Amino acid sequence: MFYREAGDFKTSYREDSQTFPIKFDRLRFYAVLAIAFGVIPLFINDYWANAVAVPFLIYAIAAIGLNILVGYAGQVSLGTGGFMAVGAYAVYKLMTAFPEVSVFIHVLLAGGITALVGVLFGLPSLRIKGFYLAVATLAAQFFLVWLFNKVPWFYNYSASGQINAPDRTIFGVFVTGAQTSATAKYMFCLVMLTIVAVLARNLTRGTIGRKWMAIRDMDIAAEIIGVNPLTTKMTAFAVSSFFIGIAGALFFAVYLGAAEVGESFGIQKSFLILFMVIIGGLGSIFGSFAGAAFLVLLPVFLKNVLVGMLGWPTDLAAHIELMIVGALIVIFLIAEPHGLAQLWRVAKEKLRLWPFPH
Amino acid sequence: MKKTFTALAAAAIAATVAAPAMADLTVPNLSYRTGPYAANGIPYADGFNDYFTLLNERDGGIGGEKVVVPECETAYNTEKGVECYEATKGDGALAYNPLSTGITYQLIPKVTADQHVLYTPGYGRTSAANGKVFEWVFNYPANYWDGASIIVKYLTEKAGGSLSGKKVALVYHNSAYGKEPIRTLEELAKKDGFELELLPVDHPGQEQKSQWLQIRRNKPDYVIMYGWGVMNQVAIQEAVNIKYPMENFVGIWWSGSENDVKPAGDGANGYTTISFHSTGMDFPVYADLKQYVHDAGKGAGAGDQVGTMLYSRGVYAAMIISEAIRKAQEVHGTSAVTPAQVRDGFEQLDLTEARLTELGLPGFAQPITATCADHGGPGSAKMFQWNAASGQWDAASDWIQSDAELIDMLVAEDSAAFAAENNIAERCN
Repeated sequence: MFYREAGDFKTSYREDSQTFPIKFDRLRFYAVLAIAFGVIPLFINDYWANAVAVPFLIYAIAAIGLNILVGYAGQVSLGTGGFMAVGAYAVYKLMTAFPEVSVFIHVLLAGGITALVGVLFGLPSLRIKGFYLAVATLAAQFFLVWLFNKVPWFYNYSASGQINAPDRTIFGVFVTGAQTSATAKYMFCLVMLTIVAVLARNLTRGTIGRKWMAIRDMDIAAEIIGVNPLTTKMTAFAVSSFFIGIAGALFFAVYLGAAEVGESFGIQKSFLILFMVIIGGLGSIFGSFAGAAFLVLLPVFLKNVLVGMLGWPTDLAAHIELMIVGALIVIFLIAEPHGLAQLWRVAKEKLRLWPFPH
Repeated sequence: MKKTFTALAAAAIAATVAAPAMADLTVPNLSYRTGPYAANGIPYADGFNDYFTLLNERDGGIGGEKVVVPECETAYNTEKGVECYEATKGDGALAYNPLSTGITYQLIPKVTADQHVLYTPGYGRTSAANGKVFEWVFNYPANYWDGASIIVKYLTEKAGGSLSGKKVALVYHNSAYGKEPIRTLEELAKKDGFELELLPVDHPGQEQKSQWLQIRRNKPDYVIMYGWGVMNQVAIQEAVNIKYPMENFVGIWWSGSENDVKPAGDGANGYTTISFHSTGMDFPVYADLKQYVHDAGKGAGAGDQVGTMLYSRGVYAAMIISEAIRKAQEVHGTSAVTPAQVRDGFEQLDLTEARLTELGLPGFAQPITATCADHGGPGSAKMFQWNAASGQWDAASDWIQSDAELIDMLVAEDSAAFAAENNIAERCN
């Protein structure tokens, strides 16, 4: 009834090619933005920011990044944790070397540095595909973690090998360090996520995105119709790593404040983000959000229900939580192999016909 | 479907908003009973909880106020640790004891901003011993560098007075924790003329074949270990496998629990560890623990860890925190103390031998006199050797004092760097 194209007349090319062609969708999108920017910051407290909102926003950025590589360009990567580490260490070195430059610029530069590293490790993708590429990126993961552990220059020769985010401000408001308010952390990550999501959405529906998808669907056919595999694959690696680098930088500087490469950016992180992308839905920006939300919120929710409400022992709750999350992942993938994004798509199709399905 | 979703959403909001009721005295226990570090996390958490249960059951709390110890599972993971901290800090938490160096590094800036006490006995950031810079962090009675220095002293004595020309290998957890002693050991190697070999083991530490192959080939005279969790058991088993002489294999206090040596059976006999408190059941407090806690069915966990090395350490940490709270109540003349008042309690703590005897723990630990500048304590510890036949840790030395001159110099250097990085002005002047 409300959700339909009919009656929504487009009178210019610009209107015709907008991201959300359905009016209801468009309004919903603006409503989400208004709530995220206008309402949540007024109510957010330290617990909600640090346990729920900030990790969700950061993982969503990382998931969008990985989704571009895996979901849109079809290049399997297990190096996400390593690339996030590049972003984190890059922002750390930049923050400590150039304290007078805004941290916003540092985060973007850290993304740029990660993009370069990503392109370097993406070079093998020109020769190898599928599982073999996964192994090559796995090597990147282990090499990068080893590198940041081994070379003291990266952690400014600190005794413990830890990196600690110094206090930095944007417009006089602390965004890193301990004095940061919940609102500032949340807003900084939200602004970054919004930029990244809008950018990703527009890249994927333009020429570049179509090239990525052509390579994903059949690389030989794509090459025959004139898609250059070198530039296409390299741009996929570069854009993907740029986003993942931003996520890593925010993860260290805004969320954790102190990090240790093996623990924060280990192979588990690569898998976690890959799971987000798979559960959320490959080749979908919305899917990246849904996957990140599922894997960040569900454990916190279960923990609060089992320990906080039911009063179970913490160890029992932690084990049950793993089992429930695992079972839900399997059930979701059996019910809908294309992820949460596909569920959303089906729901939208149904809504279009509602209330007269015939 | 829609109904379930609404119900779920409502439950989600209720669950995340619901906060535990305000307690009189809240001391959260950020523990880990799952994951690769659980074997060491469980006894510590049990000891910590049991001691506070004892105070509640026997004395009615501290100064008439009941102590509530909400437990939060961190799995030794920094992200979960941060979540636990944020979830508990609103309830007026008096002191945090996360039993993880990684989480400690996360929390140091946070507790400083939020004004909570962080108590990290024998772990965490070593230079927090300097109270001039670290106002809210305490790590007495001893720290990692004290541990390294005492182990080297013990080995020097064992080697007949000099380590000159000897080879010492350090097997360490490749994290902030394991890297902490390197700087001190390097200094000591220069000073005492021994050769130091570094062998990092990556988290979680189940894979150590190459490190022990290297030890087998290079034949170091002594091996020092800074390990934790499953890494300890694997290392001790590997040492047994290559027939490394166990009495030359020394672990820091985090690598010396019954759960670490027992899997290696008789082969682990003679393995040496260090500890800043005594262990075993020969303390009067255990009679009370039995009467008020275990026999009353109020013990934490499965109750099979009582009297072990790490259980004793949990008791130690709980005892210090409770004594600091008591001191705060005394200083401020109120029983319902705030986190800021508890900080004063920690800073003015004067734990005497007489007081330890009163608590039913005579000779359990070294007396501590904290000051505004000194958050690091006496820095002395004892060596213990594993007796596989009796299944007990036998004391292998008396209290040994660390090389205070060297440690103080390194602490001053590191804390000055931290102060400069974070624009902290020195206190206590």
